[in-house]
Amino acid sequence: MKNYSISSGLLVDLRRELQKGLPLVQKPYAEIASRFNVSEEDVLSAVDVLNNQGIIKRLGLVVRHRELGFVHNGMVVWDIPSDNVNYLGGVFAKEPKITLCYQRARRDGWPYNVYCMIHGKSRESVIDVVNRLVSEYGLEDVAHEILFSTQRFKQRGGLYV
Amino acid sequence: MGAYNKDIDEVDRVLINLAQNYKPVTARPFLELAVQLNMTENAVIERLKLLDNAGIVSRYGAVFNHKRAGASTLVAMSVPESDVASVVECINCFDEVNHNYLREHEFNIWFVVTAMNQKEVDEVIFILQDSYSYPLMDLPMEKSFFIDLGFSI
Repeated sequence: MKNYSISSGLLVDLRRELQKGLPLVQKPYAEIASRFNVSEEDVLSAVDVLNNQGIIKRLGLVVRHRELGFVHNGMVVWDIPSDNVNYLGGVFAKEPKITLCYQRARRDGWPYNVYCMIHGKSRESVIDVVNRLVSEYGLEDVAHEILFSTQRFKQRGGLYV
Repeated sequence: MGAYNKDIDEVDRVLINLAQNYKPVTARPFLELAVQLNMTENAVIERLKLLDNAGIVSRYGAVFNHKRAGASTLVAMSVPESDVASVVECINCFDEVNHNYLREHEFNIWFVVTAMNQKEVDEVIFILQDSYSYPLMDLPMEKSFFIDLGFSI
């Protein structure tokens, strides 16, 4: 591994390419390499570096749920007691219908601290998942709301560079 | 909206499910997929291009770990319906903004701000707070419970 040859400039450039998406050709990393005037091996090593640093969470196809028919997107927000957050967060994370689960800061007048994203082909299917979670884990007393999205103004990967 | 669903055949479905979770750092990632799918490399590439053109996939690329990759936060704003369009236009002007959604709630505009560092994230929020008097909540992530493995269809 010739990591010493991986400049920070290459890492920044590569991150930009990876968030835009690989060119759909047989040797995508070689094509990126030619843009940056480095070798294919350098680019692959740089991807390894980003992977090993935990910067890349996933490398692969990123789908648009809406275009796949999963047009109903519910963000469920829960007010979960602090000492139960880790347990329930772990439980939610294993639920196949939940695509994201985060703990976030509470705010004045906004008691919710756990957020789950659920995509469904119908509004009812999203509500069903939430109801099932409530009864399965005894969350009847846990305040929660489902915020359905009615319009998407922008969807793309985060631009960090 | 969802109309493309009918055009997805079984091969697309298997390809989409596999290609989301596959993490090949090899020179020819589509060849690796092709072998697993018993297809040719070019056939995989052509299908991915079609899915890309149809808008079904946004990219074959990286999903970054927000905490490691830089700074990010979720922002909620409560904006009267009459002003939503112009506020959204302003919000979307920022390169730092992605995933901007209208939601059914008093807090109706929800978007993610990402940047290389916290200062740049805070600047976007400051500008929006300065430009509009509408209620705004900055809701930074404290913990992620999910490793995003993609979305099974």
